[in-house]
Amino acid sequence: MNRLLKTRELWLALGILAVIVLVTLRFPRFSQPGNLLTIFNDTSILMMLALGQMAVILTRSIDLSMASNLALTGMIVAMINAAAPGVPIPLLIAGSVVIGSALGAFNGILVWKLDIPPIVVTLGTLTIFRGLVFVISGGAWVNAAQMSQEFIQLQRGTFIGLPILSWFAIVVATLVYLLMTRTAAGRAFYAIGVNPTAAVYTGINVGRTKFLAFVLAGAIAGLCGYLWISRYVIASVEVAGGYELTIVAACVIGGVSIAGGIGTVAGALLGALFLGVVNNALPVIGVSPFWQMAISGTAILVAVVLNGRSEKTKGRIILKKAEAA
Amino acid sequence: MTDTTTTGRQLPDRLDNPVKSAVLSWESLLVLVALAIFIANSFASPYFLNEWSLSDMTFNFTEKALIALAMALVIITGEIDLSVASIIALASTMMGLALQAGADTPMLVAVGVGVGILCGAFNGFLITGLKLPSIVVTIGTMSLFRGIAYIVLGDQSFKGYPVDFSWFGQGYVFWVISFELVLFLVCALIFYVVLHHTNFGRRVFAIGNNATAARFSGVRVDRIKFVLFCLTGLMSGIAAVLLTARLGSTRPSIAQGFELEAVTMVVLGGVSILGGSGTIIGVVLAALIMGLVTFGLGLLNVPGIVMSIFIGSLLIVVIALPILFRMWRQRKA
Repeated sequence: MNRLLKTRELWLALGILAVIVLVTLRFPRFSQPGNLLTIFNDTSILMMLALGQMAVILTRSIDLSMASNLALTGMIVAMINAAAPGVPIPLLIAGSVVIGSALGAFNGILVWKLDIPPIVVTLGTLTIFRGLVFVISGGAWVNAAQMSQEFIQLQRGTFIGLPILSWFAIVVATLVYLLMTRTAAGRAFYAIGVNPTAAVYTGINVGRTKFLAFVLAGAIAGLCGYLWISRYVIASVEVAGGYELTIVAACVIGGVSIAGGIGTVAGALLGALFLGVVNNALPVIGVSPFWQMAISGTAILVAVVLNGRSEKTKGRIILKKAEAA
Repeated sequence: MTDTTTTGRQLPDRLDNPVKSAVLSWESLLVLVALAIFIANSFASPYFLNEWSLSDMTFNFTEKALIALAMALVIITGEIDLSVASIIALASTMMGLALQAGADTPMLVAVGVGVGILCGAFNGFLITGLKLPSIVVTIGTMSLFRGIAYIVLGDQSFKGYPVDFSWFGQGYVFWVISFELVLFLVCALIFYVVLHHTNFGRRVFAIGNNATAARFSGVRVDRIKFVLFCLTGLMSGIAAVLLTARLGSTRPSIAQGFELEAVTMVVLGGVSILGGSGTIIGVVLAALIMGLVTFGLGLLNVPGIVMSIFIGSLLIVVIALPILFRMWRQRKA
């Protein structure tokens, strides 16, 4: 099974490489290191969000409220910054993680204690959180002039040649990787995704594990709230509208099974990166950005067809190996 | 109260109760909620209790509710269709293209409905033919269908639909009773009979409760699911005709967010998101409640985005209350 996953990620990486090579053939400057780093930086936020969503999907749940959580948390920290520019930015970042976690915990509590299906809960909070952005802001924007310079500039600084935003993604990815592969909590995400009943018998509290996954997704969404607002320097009700499905798309393309239990950090990162590369390549090769939506839809469908195939052969891994040999 | 072994698998509990009484209590709760909102509205705004106001109110939900009827059946079988709003966008775009090619009103309707059915069949093929999870497939086709609308239209729009075409969205059959409302009521009746009084309906419930058992008892699970996705496509196509006729134009962003509202109606109507239970009457009542809430708040000049807070809270509260009540009763016992 591990081998199977590895090949899937390999194929995805090759796919990304193929897109880069094809575009480079016509526009050599596309694959210059500087541009590739820009793409990585542009995709950092989506990569982090995809990791949070993956944790939730692993437990057979789904979090449709992440984009609204991002918008709400972003608006709150932007308003705090506009009202009190003196508040240190690291404190604001910590605050965004706390607010995001709290919103995620709200989802998690409803799933854990009341046993309401996650899709219903997050469908509700998707609209509630976004509505709250309007309520707290009164529909007004917080724009660049109202934000402090540190608020805007922090993530634009560089450290060992990489923008701070990219470092955020690298650190979050490392932490999630360690959580998934080196801790009992991480293994529990996979365990209840593969077989919830068996997980109970091994002493895993299914509800609490789901709760933790939602808190993790919320914390990441909150952090990305600050990063998104300070990157695009505008906080409004429409921030990241409809982005929840892009996040799910990144996971699906990355081989995370919506049925739970299957998915890796590398896969989710590559899924997000694939969308990032495609979106970045379209304007370069002169395709109207209006094609973006249809292309990501097609990518999701192709990915899910491929995922479905490899998941189906799960019972015949020995044969699969023999075939590959 | 111990930890549940498997979350969300409480169907056996529910079957232990006499089904009828459970259903009745849910629907009477909805009737009470609807009445309460109705009364609150009439106190809150002097413009509410007026036959034309109430008639306008129905336009708030008819198109979404038409989709919700079919969506209810899909959800009862344990699947979901998130692509319905995008089907509307694609069907409406194709109607616009047909209009530019010189199509007349019957042709426009045929194109809208036909595109809807084709989209539904495409979903159905991917889900039943290739055995893929419906939630992912329809998230994909949601991007794909609306994406095609964006490719065709970009930032443009189609306008200039014929006057007799606009009757579908703006016309009245009799007094204040709009064509949209009549169509919705007729469809609701058909769906009621099909779901609750035919073999087909029993099979839909059977699939939702236990697809494997249903298959072993001779139910053609995949074929029924395929038909249901085509049906959702058909209803989305019809909704596309009504909405396009009502707005008189097509933009690629048409009907944005309809899928979540349709799902909300279905779940609010008492259909279990896990499949296997639900009624058409519940869905119709839920549609009415959502129409009443949004219209009442609209009369009070509450912005649409704030209304969505009410809808979202309504969804969670209405689902959570019975669960809390059950837990409270269990703790007492």
